[in-house]
Amino acid sequence: MLFRPKTKVCLVLLQVMDIIEQIREEFPALHQQVWGKPLIYLDNAATAQRHRKVLELQELMSSRINANIHRALHKLSADATDLYEAGREAVRNFIGAESREEIIFTSGATSALNLIAFSLVRSHLTAGDKVLVCEAEHHSNIVPWQLACEVSGVSLEVLSVEESGEISLERLRELLEKDDRIRILSVNHISNVLGIINPIAEIVRIAHSRGVLVVIDGAQGVVHDKVSVKDLDCDFYVFSGHKIYAPSGIGALYGRRSLLENMPPYMGGGDMVDRVSFGRTTYAPLPLKFEAGTPNFVAAACLKPALEFATAIREDIQVQEHEKSIVSTMVQGLQQIEGLRICGLPQELSLKVPIFSLDIKGVHPADAAQMLDKMGIAVRSGFMCAEPLVSRYSESGLLRVSFAPYNTLSECEIFINKLKLVTDMLK
Amino acid sequence: MIESQVNIRSIGEMEEEIVSEFTVFDEWLDKYEYLIELGKELESIDESDKTDDNLIRGCQSRVWLVCRSSDGRLWFGADSDAVITKGIISLLLKVYNGQKYDDIIASDFSFIERIGLKENLSPTRANGLLSMIKQIKAYALAYKEKEAQQ
Repeated sequence: MLFRPKTKVCLVLLQVMDIIEQIREEFPALHQQVWGKPLIYLDNAATAQRHRKVLELQELMSSRINANIHRALHKLSADATDLYEAGREAVRNFIGAESREEIIFTSGATSALNLIAFSLVRSHLTAGDKVLVCEAEHHSNIVPWQLACEVSGVSLEVLSVEESGEISLERLRELLEKDDRIRILSVNHISNVLGIINPIAEIVRIAHSRGVLVVIDGAQGVVHDKVSVKDLDCDFYVFSGHKIYAPSGIGALYGRRSLLENMPPYMGGGDMVDRVSFGRTTYAPLPLKFEAGTPNFVAAACLKPALEFATAIREDIQVQEHEKSIVSTMVQGLQQIEGLRICGLPQELSLKVPIFSLDIKGVHPADAAQMLDKMGIAVRSGFMCAEPLVSRYSESGLLRVSFAPYNTLSECEIFINKLKLVTDMLK
Repeated sequence: MIESQVNIRSIGEMEEEIVSEFTVFDEWLDKYEYLIELGKELESIDESDKTDDNLIRGCQSRVWLVCRSSDGRLWFGADSDAVITKGIISLLLKVYNGQKYDDIIASDFSFIERIGLKENLSPTRANGLLSMIKQIKAYALAYKEKEAQQ
């Protein structure tokens, strides 16, 4: 009798390990050596590896279904168009949008945010209005707004985060109540540095109650949290393909239809028009109005297998449990390293996703990253394109370790041990 | 800044010495351990020299380089906030301190590759080594031109 619970725990653990091994099999890039060591890829928050089905579709389309979409009447073009539109349908379904017209393909989250910043500021703001961003934004959710502000007399305000990395809803409320010129709030779902799930539903409610539009940068959010733009009621939500097992060069923008209808196109040319004459040009209906030029139709089509995989794993309880044990193993293991601080540790550990930015006293992150690389471990060092936030923690940057569901607990343990070794050597 | 060693050996001789030092390391870890040791031993430059003007741009780790000339030879001082970078800096200073302008200009810095640190030279590695080498050569060229005009 005494052994039964233990056996059960072991069995569950074995099943989880089995599933992770099965997932690993779907990612060819994981099965290689670097510097003569088995690759341990822990830079997933920058770019995740591509799923086998993504690679297969990429190969098929590049070699056999390569024709421009939406234009020609021939078979190849029709097939390519169908696959491209199937990618759009996959995005719509994945983030729970109502219609395909609300899903715009862009080259990534960065270009999606640029599109929103330029078009929305032009159509909805006047000089003297303000845009509010969070201190923890990626440069891609700061610089486009700065550029848009420069040409429109609009200014940028900053919502600072707590020491733990969390957003204070109270502070947000106060800021919005104090300043009724704030018209847009652009905020991350999960910061690429902090790895904390922000209370975006609550943020949207607070902002909307003051008539403020909400843009959500979901580049990390779609990877680690379930998203339904309908339930969230946000006005915009953007993400990139390459962080969610799809190729680089593709991203998606969800926008509320009524807003998109009233926004001017961001770029002109190609298929985004209805009629063109030198006197007057009218634009194509949504979503094509915002898709000037030949898009990356191969990568767009590849979003379908990538998002189907992402959906399958985020609904898998065992994978969820695995992600939680990675988080707790990391937190416990890292806390044993002297002088190490995890930047972004929420009160409630269930809000932490497996993205860890570390500040280690006496150790330069570039040195640590370079040595870990030699051990076959890929991590990121520096400012992670979030200099305003990272500077708050360290003047020489941070070391970031980010996991995907295909990373095993044993990789996590190896990392912690190697980090200890490296830290001892460098100190 | 170290200065006025009586017998300055040539760039080639110094390079050979470093290359032979490195041949004893079979394992990359030993090599890095040695670089870290060199980095820790390297004397820091004055805090007052760690200015933006002396900062080498485009590096993930910050590198400061100062230079002065005396009798047609250059003397460098350098520092970094990253210890491995500092170790490599220490090797560069060993080779190039006290050398003549033309010898520095003619040097191909290939010993870095010969001691197996080539990956540190890639411009995309953003660790500042390549920028530092360029800056050392730029100083040699600038001093040579300046003195030719006088």
